[in-house]
Amino acid sequence: MNTPEVPRKPSIAVWKFASCDGCQLTLLDCEDDLLAVAGEVELAYFLEAGRASVGGPYDLSIVEGSITTAGDAARIREVRAMSKRLVTIGACATAGGIQALRNFGDVKEFLAIVYAQPQFISTLTDSTPIAAHVPVDFELRGCPITKTQLLEVIGAFLHGRRPNVSPHSVCVECKRAGNVCVTVAHGTPCLGPVTQAGCGALCPSYNRGCYGCFGPMENPNLPSMVQTLRYQGVDDGGVIRMLRTFNAGAPPFRDASEAIEAEARGSEA
Amino acid sequence: MTFGPCCDVAWGIHRDVTLSDGALLIDRRGLETLFQALGSQGYTVIAPTVRDGAIVYDEVDGIEELPAGVTDIQQPGSYRLSTRDDGALFGYAVGPHSWKKYLFRSEAVVFRARLDAERGFVPSEAGEPAATRYAFVGVRACEVAAIEVQDRVFLEGSHRERDYESRRDGAFVIAVQCGEPGGTCFCVSMHTGPRAESGFDLALTELVDAQLHEFVVEVGSARGGAIMASVPSRPAQSRDLGAARAVSDRAASRMGRTMESDGLPQRLAELLEHPQWDDVASRCLSCTNCTLVCPTCFCSSVEDTTDLTGTEAIRTRRWDSCFTLDHSYIHGGSVRASTRDQYRQWLTHKLSTWVDQFGTSGCVGCGRCITWCPVGIDLTAEVAALLAPAD
Repeated sequence: MNTPEVPRKPSIAVWKFASCDGCQLTLLDCEDDLLAVAGEVELAYFLEAGRASVGGPYDLSIVEGSITTAGDAARIREVRAMSKRLVTIGACATAGGIQALRNFGDVKEFLAIVYAQPQFISTLTDSTPIAAHVPVDFELRGCPITKTQLLEVIGAFLHGRRPNVSPHSVCVECKRAGNVCVTVAHGTPCLGPVTQAGCGALCPSYNRGCYGCFGPMENPNLPSMVQTLRYQGVDDGGVIRMLRTFNAGAPPFRDASEAIEAEARGSEA
Repeated sequence: MTFGPCCDVAWGIHRDVTLSDGALLIDRRGLETLFQALGSQGYTVIAPTVRDGAIVYDEVDGIEELPAGVTDIQQPGSYRLSTRDDGALFGYAVGPHSWKKYLFRSEAVVFRARLDAERGFVPSEAGEPAATRYAFVGVRACEVAAIEVQDRVFLEGSHRERDYESRRDGAFVIAVQCGEPGGTCFCVSMHTGPRAESGFDLALTELVDAQLHEFVVEVGSARGGAIMASVPSRPAQSRDLGAARAVSDRAASRMGRTMESDGLPQRLAELLEHPQWDDVASRCLSCTNCTLVCPTCFCSSVEDTTDLTGTEAIRTRRWDSCFTLDHSYIHGGSVRASTRDQYRQWLTHKLSTWVDQFGTSGCVGCGRCITWCPVGIDLTAEVAALLAPAD
């Protein structure tokens, strides 16, 4: 009984649902750090990296993609059942992704337009985040996610600590970088004040407004943000398009874009 | 009062300039020589320069990188550059940066540690190497005041901030007396400007018109006097001093904003349930911009991270803000979970409880929080609304 055992390396599985694969490729993009990851964990199931797979249960499942079919809604429950910890990565898995644009339209109409034989397509009416279906231990935002944040989440998991992933606005990263505010100094519409940090303020660093890739920050004030965008000359259609990109289905962005539509309907009536 | 012609006094090297001496006068070449002298004494010269549509503080190689003939137009939530036809080098107000970016860095490694089998994590080095010696050129009176506020916070409490201390000790401060206040300036209300009376090694007042372009130099320290010994100058005449005084007087009369500051700490402390907090919270984005552009805001967070193997750890300090939920997070949740509570905390700390804590106001009237707020929340207007008699 006292025979010392070599500690088993924690097993990690990477799963794909409705998504573009960009976020899980971030793991392969880790390059030198990928070797460190491979040294610390057993990559038990990761089809982007290799066909060999080890059966569950897994210590950590990393899940990319949103739920758009009944089959995937069942599959995510199986994944959850065989995972000690489950982390979702990217805008698809955390907010429904760009495919959540369907949530604002009529899926049957889309099918009729896009497919010659729509009767063969089996899909749900909405694209939903993983957390709408199963309990999620941590959501890592971004479209795509940031490599350093992914490594931080894996490192935190390995050592049983909380990931240092801040839910505050992009503005914090801009100011730490010494960027000149594109909204105040150039009048450029920017979603930075309502968007979660994590990208390193990538677009404002190149004098572009923030596109909101990391979804809503911790306590976003969308009504005030929308007023500011209008003041900068963005028309309502433009504001709706800004809010309906990668995180269109995230509740604060969704509610704000729907409020603008409701307002327009009210003024028409 | 009579003014003597300036050509009566020859330009020359004045080798024995001391603190007790009167002010000096230099021209543009003298300023260039001063920059070179700072460089040759090992200072990294930081000065205003134009970048990305704003006047920022950055490392410069010479006076040709100063924003000659550039000015700024500032309003709540708006900053635009414009031109002026007099070629002034300092004809603008403060921009998005403050000197705190060099003294209290936005991100700094506190220490690194390595896991030892018996002793646990052992710090492997004590912080980062010795700081660069900076010469700050173009420090405005409100900014001199702001640096003094941060000195109280970081150097005079029970814990000294070592990184700040090492940078502050070496810093050579060349103030510029403001001639062109911005649309959001209110230093006169806060009694911090527009003239800096102390807290500098040298203070320049730019005198520029169609005929001349000169700088009155006040010497504020022995090392300030020492460096002027290598710069061609002549003693300032009473007409030069009169012209310099007129620059400051004119600036004082053209403040973009005013703020009622009499008895403000006590009065605000009695207004914690005022409905104006809800009003401002409906506009505030909690984006943190006001706090991060503020030259006195000093909040930071300290994060410990490990590498994947768990054997190397780094403790990092980063700028943080009372507008983030994590900043007031304790067991059970954030103490200030709503924007109303966050804004109230910021404003009342800045203008009221700061006095209890540090003996001065935390506001120097620079106006950055007003200009750089994306939705244009005006601190002076919020205070006026809070203090207004109830209907």
